[in-house]
Amino acid sequence: MPPILSISRLTKRYASGLAALDGVDLEIDKGEIFALLGPNGAGKTTLINIVCGIVTRTSGEVTLDGQDIERGFRMARTKIGLVPQELTTDAFETVIATVTFSRGLFGRPPAPAIIEKILRDLSLWEKRNDKIMTLSGGMKRRVMIAKALAHEPEVLFLDEPTAGVDVALRRDMWNLVRGLRERGVTIILTTHYIEEAQEMADRIGIISKGKLLLAEDKATLMKKLGKRALTLSLQEPMSELPEALSAWPLTIKSGGYELEYTYDANDGQAGVPALLRRVAELGIGFRDLATRQSSLEDIFVNLVSASTESEART
Amino acid sequence: MSQGFNHRGVWAIYRFEMARFLRTLVQSVVTPVITTSLYFVVFGAAIGSRMSEVGGVSYGAFIVPGLMMLSLFTGSISNASFGIYFPKFTGTIYELLSAPISAVELVLGYVGAAATKSILVATIILVTAFCFVPVRIEHPVWMLGFLLLTALTFSLFGFVVGIWAKSFEQLQLIPMLVVTPLTFLGGAFYSIDMLPAAWRTVALFNPVVYLVSGFRWSFYGAADVDVGVSLGITLGLLIGLLVVVSWMFKTGYRLKQ
Repeated sequence: MPPILSISRLTKRYASGLAALDGVDLEIDKGEIFALLGPNGAGKTTLINIVCGIVTRTSGEVTLDGQDIERGFRMARTKIGLVPQELTTDAFETVIATVTFSRGLFGRPPAPAIIEKILRDLSLWEKRNDKIMTLSGGMKRRVMIAKALAHEPEVLFLDEPTAGVDVALRRDMWNLVRGLRERGVTIILTTHYIEEAQEMADRIGIISKGKLLLAEDKATLMKKLGKRALTLSLQEPMSELPEALSAWPLTIKSGGYELEYTYDANDGQAGVPALLRRVAELGIGFRDLATRQSSLEDIFVNLVSASTESEART
Repeated sequence: MSQGFNHRGVWAIYRFEMARFLRTLVQSVVTPVITTSLYFVVFGAAIGSRMSEVGGVSYGAFIVPGLMMLSLFTGSISNASFGIYFPKFTGTIYELLSAPISAVELVLGYVGAAATKSILVATIILVTAFCFVPVRIEHPVWMLGFLLLTALTFSLFGFVVGIWAKSFEQLQLIPMLVVTPLTFLGGAFYSIDMLPAAWRTVALFNPVVYLVSGFRWSFYGAADVDVGVSLGITLGLLIGLLVVVSWMFKTGYRLKQ
């Protein structure tokens, strides 16, 4: 199946000279949840804004469902919904008026039943006749989501949708995203909450300084770049590593009371039994042991710092 | 949605903008009625008593087209400029830019609504005027034509100002510093034939003179300048503004980065 969104050699250079995007290639499959991670100023919002028509590209190709986003803007944009990062609403409008406006703006015929369902799903129905200015920040965020969903988009962009929202709303939004995915909606989200990407996404992209460092299936990424760590809590403190353990990359921690062995997740636990046998042979007693899989956050931090260091060297 | 024309999008913008007008309906209707009545009291009673007729028309009736034009200019500009500036100010412009709506459709929605509002207010002024002075309309079709053309032209101008403006101060700058003075100097309340010869020549560089003159001709059959020239100037302004708007959208001027 061809990708629903295809981005090729995309660059964006602002008038100030800032290169926000530098030759980005990315394909998004229909129906997937793709999380784009990156530090502030990495180019996440610029990428989304180019696809949505808010920012003009400097060069490169972007097609949505086979349509170039500029030459075929009408077909492409009809399929796109956007929830921007900033809380931007029509303060003086009522909830239902602004959501109905959004549906009409995107060329869809009036559908009160669909609007009602969207508002009910987002717990906004009771507040439909309230002016937006009277709503809380969380409720305004829901209104923005309702506006983006009003024309029943096939691709939904969520630009840091849970930034600054409370736990309840974040949970509701995760449920909403899952529900949309079940209906076949493709979701592309940017987030600072890496656990959110870990929880929600099928695939993950990491962008830094305008370059897409990787775009991988989440499980593959964790497998490929993930590390595991075995920690032994020692009965007696260890001041230095015995020569007999030099075959393993071990680190003494917690004032000598912990011995940590980090290994590649791909190697399974091949080295662990041998290490434990060796430790027993050497008479090193331990009270407890624990293993830990490195998180997406560890992978993200490693990749971004490696990219920064590489740039600093060149 | 039709592949060629997003009529629902245009209608959504039009309705959205008209809803703002309707929310303040009493203010929108009562204000021009009071203002027009005051003009008749001040200009009609105070000045008109010393200057009974201009070109065979009572002074009170003479100023009606000028009053309507003044209202059309200021109303059209403020409606359209605010209409497009406000989404820029609040940030909701993202939705307009990401919608499947072309520049022409966007302009139709905003300019159409702005022109409708200013025509409604101008009509209220005309109806109020009928209560005070003997207004007659000799060329009603031309009157409607000039009314529509002027409302569209100045709404388009307001749209340009709204895109150009970076602040509410700038939004007010052009109407206050340029349009209102030009209107007062453009024969809205007098015939430029009443000016000394030198000032009359200067006045002919003021485009408002042609708009007011053509509009007044449709009422009383007399004009300061040829009605064909008035029509040509109005159309010229409209076309010029269309070119500017088209350039703004093509380059994304102050709309897109």
